[in-house]
Amino acid sequence: MVDLSTRIGDLAIKNPVLTASGTFGFGLEYADFVNLSNLGGFIVKGTTLEPREGNPYPRMAETPSGMLNAVGLQNKGVDHFINHTYPQLEGIGTEVIVNVSGKSVDDYVAVAEKLAALPEIHAIELNISCPNVKQGGMAFGTTCEGASAVVSAVRKAWPRHLMVKLSPNVTSITDIAKAAEGAGADSLSLINTLLGMAIDIERRRPMLSTVTGGLSGPAVKPVAVRMVWQVAKAVNIPVVGLGGIVSAEDAIEFIMAGAVAVQIGTANFIDPSATQKIIDGMEQWCERHGVRSIAELRGCINA
Amino acid sequence: MRVGFVRRLRGGNVHIGLHPADANALPPMQPGQFVEVAVDKAKVLLNRPFSIFNSSPECLELLVKPLGRASAAIADYEEGDTLRVIAPLGRGFSLPEAPARVLLVGGGVGVAPMYYLARALNERGIRPVLVYGERTAPDPALKELLSRHAELHICTDDGSEGFHGFVIDHPAVTQGEYDYAKICGPEKMMKFMHNYIATNKNWDTEFSLENKMACGLGACLCCVENTTTGNRCVCTDGPVFNLTELPW
Ligand SMILES: Cc1cc2nc3c(=O)[nH]c(=O)nc-3n(C[C@H](O)[C@H](O)[C@H](O)COP(=O)(O)OP(=O)(O)OC[C@H]3O[C@@H](n4cnc5c(N)ncnc54)[C@H](O)[C@@H]3O)c2cc1C
Ligand SMILES: Cc1cc2nc3c(=O)[nH]c(=O)nc-3n(C[C@H](O)[C@H](O)[C@H](O)COP(=O)(O)O)c2cc1C
Ligand code: FES
Repeated sequence: MVDLSTRIGDLAIKNPVLTASGTFGFGLEYADFVNLSNLGGFIVKGTTLEPREGNPYPRMAETPSGMLNAVGLQNKGVDHFINHTYPQLEGIGTEVIVNVSGKSVDDYVAVAEKLAALPEIHAIELNISCPNVKQGGMAFGTTCEGASAVVSAVRKAWPRHLMVKLSPNVTSITDIAKAAEGAGADSLSLINTLLGMAIDIERRRPMLSTVTGGLSGPAVKPVAVRMVWQVAKAVNIPVVGLGGIVSAEDAIEFIMAGAVAVQIGTANFIDPSATQKIIDGMEQWCERHGVRSIAELRGCINA
Repeated sequence: MRVGFVRRLRGGNVHIGLHPADANALPPMQPGQFVEVAVDKAKVLLNRPFSIFNSSPECLELLVKPLGRASAAIADYEEGDTLRVIAPLGRGFSLPEAPARVLLVGGGVGVAPMYYLARALNERGIRPVLVYGERTAPDPALKELLSRHAELHICTDDGSEGFHGFVIDHPAVTQGEYDYAKICGPEKMMKFMHNYIATNKNWDTEFSLENKMACGLGACLCCVENTTTGNRCVCTDGPVFNLTELPW
């Protein structure tokens, strides 16, 4: 028996496999393909104070080993989540983490205050890194001052685990990571999507309605592993790694880079039961390599 | 699923038949629903959506036009190969009660859902009119299939067969009297038909949309269409939408 259980600070989870926000809906969309209670947890779609219609179509383009998206945080707003979605998720048997976005510090705080009333939401993930909205989002995540301002304000409003999701679209991710840690983050997750662009040369037009969008999938994995490794060394809070994971081997790579847990994003689109296969694959890998607890692998590369 | 047959049709389309990999029967599928296919031979990342051309408990059939990497690679499959398929997905066409008069319009590979739809209508005692527009004369075998359950009219852009011109100008459209219309094809054609029907006819009309998809399950919100009630997922709220829902 391999012990896959892990802790993200005070958050104990049964295995290190979570799902990435925006790629797993509210979990229920995948209930035909995975037993949700087998997951370490899932992170629901980015939630904002007011409902958002998101960006116009086309919002997606496949690129070599990846995809660009420009969804733009379409969601029905935090009140809809509280009144309609949350009741369906109660008792689901795994951690449900809400990904929170906003246009202003006040927006983030207001969403966090409302979510604090939900007893089964033990953690929120602050998205200070979305490349697909014109104001806010990534703006907070690209300067130390911005990150610090939003994290410290939410820290006062949110009593439980506070995960902060970092943008890779910065010169020094370790500086932003330290700023978030200093402002009271309990853990960090990285990476969000990389800002990218693709052109339909036949039509001589950008592939996305917004021209630029967020790159995800296997194409971003080496960048993500590098950043997780750098950040895990630079801070004293746990790091959750993501970006391009499609297999158990990919997930283990992130753990070896220093992550306590991982998130699976684009892989859910390729195979809706990817998360279960990754959990099973990690267990088998550990068995084959005589590893009794996944914790033995964390940051083991000694680099 | 296991590939049962691959028919490479004149004009480039491929008609492919898939059997369940195990002894289990396929789930029931509605006309207008679609499937997601992992086209491993194309070495692309995401699955691709295709309409259900025909289905039974033993066999799922697709009609695929080679447009890009994944759709072109369907022709590389051989009997006995396996393909990963998620089926069925989405909400299909509503099926009227006899004695309704029904017009079906398929532009290009937009004809794909029309065979199964015509079959279902036949089972309800309705023989629809099907207007099928192509660039050039379609494969005779496909024509034979399509005319089994519908009164088939062909339009070609090059005049090589049937009516020389667009589906929208075909007399079966302009002079026909119908209660319902079901339309699938290129975006431009569907928008023309939408405007034409909205101004000239009072047919209860549905369109099947082909927006680009990533998940096919309503999770990623990549496939949305702007409707009268805001952005809605083509993969779960559609692909079929009523004319009145589309502010075209
Ligand atoms: C619900 C639904 C049902 C469909 N049913 C069928 C069907 O029965 N038969 C069939 O042949 N095709 C069908 N399509 C379209 C099919 O999914 C695309 O042709 C296919 O995904 C293209 O993939 P590719 O890798 O070949 O092309 P890519 O290499 O991804 O793109 C090549 C070219 O095709 C265009 N393209 C890509 N996706 C689409 C799309 N969804 N619609 C229009 N153009 C596109 C691109 O803009 C590009 O110009 C359907 C689409 C949807 C959403
Ligand atoms: C379609 C789509 C929607 C996304 N929406 C969100 C979101 O709402 N909030 C967020 O923090 N990240 C969002 N992301 C980013 C992912 O959570 C993840 O950080 C990124 O895709 C990298 O991981 P991956 O390569 O495994 O997909 C989205 C990604 C995709 C592809
Ligand atoms: S394709 Fe993902 S929501 Fe429709």
